[in-house]
Amino acid sequence: MSRNLSPDNTTASGLELRRVSIRLNGRVLVDIDIEIKPGEIVTLMGPSGSGKSSLLAHICGTLPSGNAAGFEVGGQVVLNGTSLDGLAPQDRHVGILFQDDLLFPHLSVGGNLAFALPSTIRGRDERQKRIDEALESAGLDGFADRDPATLSGGQRARVALMRVLLSEPNALLLDEPFSKLDTELRDQIRTFVFDQARLRGLPTLMVTHDPDDGAAAGGRIVNPV
Amino acid sequence: MAETLRRGPIDSMLRFFPAFTLILMIGPVCAGLIGTMLPAFGYLPALGGDGISIDPWRDLLLQPGLAISVRLSLVNGLVATLISLSLVMLFCAAWQGTKVFVVMQRLLSPILSVPHAAAAFGLAFLIAPSGWIVRAVALFAGWDRPPDIVTLHDPMGIALIAGLVAKEIPFLLLMTLAALPQADADRTRQVALTFGYGRVVGWLKAVFPRIYPQIRLPVLAVLAYSTSVVDVAMILGPTTPAPLAVRILGWLSDPDLSHRFLASAGAMLQLILVLVAMAIWRAGETLAGFWGRIWAEGGMRAQGDGAIRSFSAGAAVLTATVVFLGLASLLVWSFAGYWSFPEFLPRSFSLHLWMREYDMLGAILGTTLVIAVLSVMVAIALVLGCLENETRRFQIPGQGVMFLIYLPLLMPQISFMFGLQVFFTGIGLERTLISVVIVHLIFVLPYVFLSLADPFRALDPRYGQTALCLGASPARVFWGVRLPLLTRAVLTAFAVGLAVSVGQYLPTLLIGAGRFATVTTEAVALASGGDRRMIGIYGLLQMILPFAGFALALLIPAVVFRHRRGMADHNRI
Repeated sequence: MSRNLSPDNTTASGLELRRVSIRLNGRVLVDIDIEIKPGEIVTLMGPSGSGKSSLLAHICGTLPSGNAAGFEVGGQVVLNGTSLDGLAPQDRHVGILFQDDLLFPHLSVGGNLAFALPSTIRGRDERQKRIDEALESAGLDGFADRDPATLSGGQRARVALMRVLLSEPNALLLDEPFSKLDTELRDQIRTFVFDQARLRGLPTLMVTHDPDDGAAAGGRIVNPV
Repeated sequence: MAETLRRGPIDSMLRFFPAFTLILMIGPVCAGLIGTMLPAFGYLPALGGDGISIDPWRDLLLQPGLAISVRLSLVNGLVATLISLSLVMLFCAAWQGTKVFVVMQRLLSPILSVPHAAAAFGLAFLIAPSGWIVRAVALFAGWDRPPDIVTLHDPMGIALIAGLVAKEIPFLLLMTLAALPQADADRTRQVALTFGYGRVVGWLKAVFPRIYPQIRLPVLAVLAYSTSVVDVAMILGPTTPAPLAVRILGWLSDPDLSHRFLASAGAMLQLILVLVAMAIWRAGETLAGFWGRIWAEGGMRAQGDGAIRSFSAGAAVLTATVVFLGLASLLVWSFAGYWSFPEFLPRSFSLHLWMREYDMLGAILGTTLVIAVLSVMVAIALVLGCLENETRRFQIPGQGVMFLIYLPLLMPQISFMFGLQVFFTGIGLERTLISVVIVHLIFVLPYVFLSLADPFRALDPRYGQTALCLGASPARVFWGVRLPLLTRAVLTAFAVGLAVSVGQYLPTLLIGAGRFATVTTEAVALASGGDRRMIGIYGLLQMILPFAGFALALLIPAVVFRHRRGMADHNRI
């Protein structure tokens, strides 16, 4: 866990979007130049359909590319000093949370977490220990064997966050992650997510159209274009 | 940028799946058409035909009753298609979005898995002069012998049309169901209602024009099938003369090998017939479109459509009833002891025939299963490969590819089967399991694709993106996320493919050249004999495998994911 809790300052320089632009059929969706420090939460605010989600997909490496999709990208995405361009999504160590928790319905809660745990962590006991610790830190002790479908919305959101964190990301992307939670729950989950991101020193980029999200994050608020 | 991503060996192989799959489907069709066309013009060196001549065509035109056979094929095909489509569209117009619609959909979909020949036998048992319907009347009317009427093999082909309609209604209904969401049917229907249109007229004017382009290919497949069907025509159709396709099979099976030339010319004529039927259909489409537009713009509301609604529900119920009663009739006959007219049930039941046939049944079921499982496994692997490839490369194939997928279903089987037989002989694969599996694959692939493509493409792409960002390789995302989420869809596609393979008559008969006895070839072979108890046994046997397949497709996910409530959303067929 030490790696996540206290990022190595020699390499952890954060997430840099160097003059990143995305065009769809010639129209500029995103044109941004920004540096996000470890533990910093930057909010990207803009009307829906403005290509904010496309930017996150581009950072993840899952943006449909090629002629058929019509997206043209420019600029450079750099994470901790390394360019992500050309890297496959699974090699980027960029975690993402969507507005739906997207827990895999065919796996148990523990199975979902184990899916994310890197295979470099070996040994049944060690892996189980990591999963239990993660559940505990989310206030979900003993939930490992539960069917995700039987959890409440708030519990599912917390499992989804723990799943991302267990995959040991170097940056965190949030795609309107709180918009489907009801108001009361929203504050609680928001605090939980932001605290975890800061605690682990993750450069975090959040996309939202809810001004409260930006205010709660307490960081810079920028426009995609 | 996609090219710069690291790709594993499987990933690079994936890109060849679509082309390879299309070649497996289209290749044999083309080879078969060429192999049929050459002998039709006298060229078949193996049988001493090494020049080009039009003798086969002259022989063909001299066949007695050819004009009647041609007319039967053409008219039956067009009429059966028109009736099936009209009933399905009327039913959708009258009931879409209601409980009745859901109930009928559940009732009709199992019929899809019943092989054509089994359904046809069932219908034959029902409507025969000594069948259940007449027996029921006779009990009240006091008849003591079957009436002297022609209900089966009637010269007009009405029984044949009825048999085709009963099987095609469920198919077209299912295809329409798949098209409804894309046509935004629910909201369109409601808008029409708020303008004061009656349910049926509103649907026909506003929804049908958006549905039809999407079901045109399935409709044309029904047309091609109905115009060139062999097994159902042998069981229900006219005999003197028979529709063209049945006569071609007769010429192909003639001990006099020189009849092969005549048969090839016939097979080419059959192809032309199907093309003519399609041309007539397209002309009809254009006319209907023209008049339909005038009708739609006329503004007639027709709110009192109760009669039409009752009629369409009645027709749907009748279809399901006829097929299920027919199958029940197969069951009763297979166990029947002494059963005289007009008794409604046999006086005694006996296991005698089942026992006598027991060993044979096992062997035949085994052969059927081996061919079916091999072709379906290959089909599923190829289709999954194609779909996974388009997901990884973000490429959804266009309308042209859909046409190619339907191509094997748009060509009359008999027009390329003989040529394909010649082709397989040429490459030394005659009468082998491989060639039979390949020929089944031609027909299994399109259905497996149609069954799997929608659920695969409907899967939320963010599951895959999430898994990738969690560090899973594309292979792990496929095996660990997409495939498990699609368990039910894959098993359903498996059952669909199984039903298609089990039901194949002509390809098994001609390419297997009698070496592979399947439940369907054996059942149809009994058609001319008229031993009802044996037909009952083999007709039932045809249904065992498809039913078992669909039962497993329901059962396996329910058991495996019994503790995963969220899978219910991913487990709808």
